[in-house]
Amino acid sequence: MHILLGVGGSELSYQALDQTIERAREAGDDLTVAIFDNEEMDTDSEAIAQRVRETLDETGFEASIRHIDGDPGSRLVDIAESESFDRIVLGSGERSTLGKIQLGSIAEFVLLNAQTPVTLIR
Amino acid sequence: MTRRYPDEPADAFPAPPRQLTDREGRSIQLRRADGTDRTALIEMYKKFDPADRAQGIPPARETAIERWLETILDDDCHNVVASHDGDLVGHATLVPDDQEGYELAIFVLSAYQGAGIGTELVETLLGLGQSEGIDRVWLTVERWNDAAIALYRKVGFETSNSERFEREMAIRLA
Repeated sequence: MHILLGVGGSELSYQALDQTIERAREAGDDLTVAIFDNEEMDTDSEAIAQRVRETLDETGFEASIRHIDGDPGSRLVDIAESESFDRIVLGSGERSTLGKIQLGSIAEFVLLNAQTPVTLIR
Repeated sequence: MTRRYPDEPADAFPAPPRQLTDREGRSIQLRRADGTDRTALIEMYKKFDPADRAQGIPPARETAIERWLETILDDDCHNVVASHDGDLVGHATLVPDDQEGYELAIFVLSAYQGAGIGTELVETLLGLGQSEGIDRVWLTVERWNDAAIALYRKVGFETSNSERFEREMAIRLA
């Protein structure tokens, strides 16, 4: 399978990276990591890419990394469709201190609009 | 990310302790709660209808309920419980966020829903908040939960963000 993992710099997105690497290794999947700036997170895509590369080095897993511009949700959906990915993976659904799960706007867009199966890691 | 609050503060809310009669004629006590109510709250949440859970809370398993209560019964949080015949039937909590506001949540056992207890619980918790000098309170609610949205609106909450998966509502207390 060809997996498209979106990483926007939230803690859950890095958790999703760890889990997806582990799963892809077991299943023999090809992994593409799509890095984007998440407005809700105030992150910078170079710093995210750096951390993704470190994680890949540490685990010795090979994956391609690419940066996506524009609206992250719609770009992820487009890329998955136009390049025939089999699955989109995203980490989202952080909990407030009170404990309520809050789905981010990017994850919501992808879940509602993707024609590709989506795995939400939370 | 800054949260939007109404410009105008709400009027004064009643503070606990209070006693009222619900629409089913039951006598309900509302009072402040703290860490000493932990065991009684665990018993209440074990009886909570799983279908009434929202946005991941209350948790289902007892160990997860205990962990969750530890967070929201902490000294910097404010809690009000509703009891009937000595058993807890409702609970509302204010938990500080990482900015200057407090997040609100409320839970009522299904047998006690639709009797006006939720509105009184929220108002009494906001009254406690006012007496504690709390100024800004917000919450999130599932978009399709019309009953809860109507309740919050009646109390004075205004929608502050409706573009996310959950509707966010806020009130200014002072």
